[in-house]
Amino acid sequence: MDVGQLQRSFLEYTASLFRDGFLDGQFSQLQQLQDESNPEFVFEVVSLFFEDSEKLINDLTRALDQQNVEFKKVDAHVHQLKGSSSSIGAQRVKNTCIAFRNCCEEQNIEECLRCLQQIKHEYLLLKNKFETLFSLEQQIIAAGGAIPTVE
Amino acid sequence: MNLNSGQSAKNMSVVPSSSGSSFKSGAGDVVSDKFPAGLRVLVVDDDPTCLRILEKMLRNCLYEVTKCNRAEIALKLLRDNKNGYDVVISDVHMPDMDGFKLLEQVGLEMDLPVIMMSADDSKNVVMKGVTHGACDYLIKPVRIEALKNIWQHVVRKKKHEWKDKDFEQSGSAEEGERQLKPPEDVDYTSPATEGNWKMSKKRKDEEDEPEDKDDTSSLKKPRVVWSVELHQQFVVAVNQLGIDKAVPKKILELMNVPGLTRENVASHLQKYRLYLRRLSGVSPHPNGLNNSFMGPPEAPFGSMSALNGLDLQALAATGQIPAQSLASLQALGRPTLKNHISMPVVDQRNLFSFETPKLRDGQQQLNGNSKQINLFHGIPTNMEPKQLASLNQSAQSFGGINMHVNPQVSQNCSLPVQMPHPMSRAQVLNGNKAGHVPRLQSAIGQPMLSNVIPSRILSRNGMVDKVHGAIYSPMSQGSPSVDFSMNNSVEMPGNSFVDLSNSGVSSLTSKGIIQGEVNSEIKGSRDFLPSYDIFNELQQHKPQDWGMQNVGSTFDASQHSALQGRMDVSSSSLVQQGFSPSQTNRNVPIGDAIFLGGEGAQGNNATFGHKFNSFPADNPLRVKTERLRDPGCHNNLFPQQFGQEDLMSALLKPQEGIVSVENEFGFDGYPMDDLPV
Repeated sequence: MDVGQLQRSFLEYTASLFRDGFLDGQFSQLQQLQDESNPEFVFEVVSLFFEDSEKLINDLTRALDQQNVEFKKVDAHVHQLKGSSSSIGAQRVKNTCIAFRNCCEEQNIEECLRCLQQIKHEYLLLKNKFETLFSLEQQIIAAGGAIPTVE
Repeated sequence: MNLNSGQSAKNMSVVPSSSGSSFKSGAGDVVSDKFPAGLRVLVVDDDPTCLRILEKMLRNCLYEVTKCNRAEIALKLLRDNKNGYDVVISDVHMPDMDGFKLLEQVGLEMDLPVIMMSADDSKNVVMKGVTHGACDYLIKPVRIEALKNIWQHVVRKKKHEWKDKDFEQSGSAEEGERQLKPPEDVDYTSPATEGNWKMSKKRKDEEDEPEDKDDTSSLKKPRVVWSVELHQQFVVAVNQLGIDKAVPKKILELMNVPGLTRENVASHLQKYRLYLRRLSGVSPHPNGLNNSFMGPPEAPFGSMSALNGLDLQALAATGQIPAQSLASLQALGRPTLKNHISMPVVDQRNLFSFETPKLRDGQQQLNGNSKQINLFHGIPTNMEPKQLASLNQSAQSFGGINMHVNPQVSQNCSLPVQMPHPMSRAQVLNGNKAGHVPRLQSAIGQPMLSNVIPSRILSRNGMVDKVHGAIYSPMSQGSPSVDFSMNNSVEMPGNSFVDLSNSGVSSLTSKGIIQGEVNSEIKGSRDFLPSYDIFNELQQHKPQDWGMQNVGSTFDASQHSALQGRMDVSSSSLVQQGFSPSQTNRNVPIGDAIFLGGEGAQGNNATFGHKFNSFPADNPLRVKTERLRDPGCHNNLFPQQFGQEDLMSALLKPQEGIVSVENEFGFDGYPMDDLPV
């Protein structure tokens, strides 16, 4: 594919992510923050997010796996996840966290477990999306082009 | 934006250029239009994603960002660099410490504006933020627009401080201050910038701040600012009742000040008592009280008011302090402090500067210093009791310094041994908002005057509190201008430094003293002995950088060889070194200090001192080039020997946890708060 095509694909793909609610306005903020001095900013932040959320999800799994589930602890983790996902604009993940928090408040283990599953699912979905996006970026750069700025 | 601003956004590397003075990359552009660029922000969040994003956003706003992911580390950073930050942004939910607790601590110890943030937008959490004194609450995800305006909190707070501080001062004092501050736009340049904009803001807001005391009481921790006047009233009341019989309730009644609570009086009384005890026994009391008392006394000695050093000199020359001061000093010095009731109220006032929190640390340090001070005891000037007290803290460092410093100083010392102290005080005073720079300068120039001067300065500041006893703090680091005052308002008149440098050694001395004092204030925990870095400090003085200053000061040691026989650079001084006489350098970014720590790692001042001496420019730490550059200015880094261990350790340790974004020497534009350009 030539650079132009790659760039178009990139833009379309990004637009679809927004459309489907994977990403929201906060992600645009991140994109805007990226500049010559920090050309890999988005990549860096998203990587940080995935790394961190993976840990959180593991912690959540562990916490919900206990005999006596400490809902406060679970809630704290979810809150944290909510914060970071909202910071990068991972809308769906964030929304799932909100629902999760409600379950924690109700201290409903079943529901919590279901939310946890959902979170995992959303997390993986988003991760895939980003991997695709980043690979598109790399292709553009490899082809000598520049990443088009969205919005 | 000018280069500087751009640079400031990035890591501020040491700018070897002569322009080092400006906070920013030293491009020397006018700071005024840079503000709020260069605002030093400390952001605390355990979420690495958010932290990174915030950092980037803040950098894009051209702020100097330091990030850390643990509250403990943040506190350490703040403590080690008392004037190294302008605003703190903290997350509410953190694993190691509750964000509100951190908020409280910061408010108590450093009195910096704190902005809370959280993904939690529930009303009760936001309310908690309000009640705990947060000046703002941001809901995550935070947008860059929200961050663009955070500088308003810094300005607002400073304005309030100013008002409080100057509220009590005589109109003239304020005028003087005001004049010191160049017009807002102009003020921003270099070190004074901070002070300048504060000042200018203060000026502007002058009219709306009638309530000095409760001004900051909106914070969760309402602080009563013990202005000189207020303290004077307090002392009068105490004297009337008799120090032994003075109970808070009665004192409160006698003082008859609306809005003052018994608790306020009680705590103040406690400090006062400690102060007295300290004076009598020169025994280190961990309380920062001593310093507080020393606060910017209004030219206690009536004659001193004009002080600027001239008086002091006269005094020094004669070795006699004006009767009043002498008497007061003596009174203070005597173990029978209790009796000093006889001392002119004025003196007493001066003595108590109240910003104990700061002092406290300084105090600790000074304790060690007090020993040195004792050296001077031999000297006739009795002034020192008060000053010593305050100086004690810094005294150590100063004490040593004074000695070395110039003979002139020693002369002056005749007055009070405290030479170092007085000077610092003066400096401190200057720093304190009082833009009394003019006073300071003269004071500084005159080595001895310090005692006298401080009073003057103190008076200016009115707020002695902040002065932190800084005067006393031997922190040679001198940023005389600063710390004293009040949290950051150390306004050490930039002028003062400049003069100092010119004046040469003598001025250095004064600087050192002030710095020392200031430093102590700042860092409280540091024990720096401003070996002469005081001078440097003065020059450099960035009030804020106190923490750093110690480290950096050593750099110029070489310059002031006269002053300091050895440059024990305290790590902190090194950091500060960047100060250029023009005082604009306030920058000694904390980062530098940290670096210094790293370098020397030993946490020994000595180590640093040497280190710094050797490299002036290529110091990896990036010592502010300012220092180096100003041969004339005696930037001298005072090799302060601060008790650096804490400094160093602070520097060294946190390194892991802290990410100093641009703290390097760069910007301190803000710390200086009051340095008038």
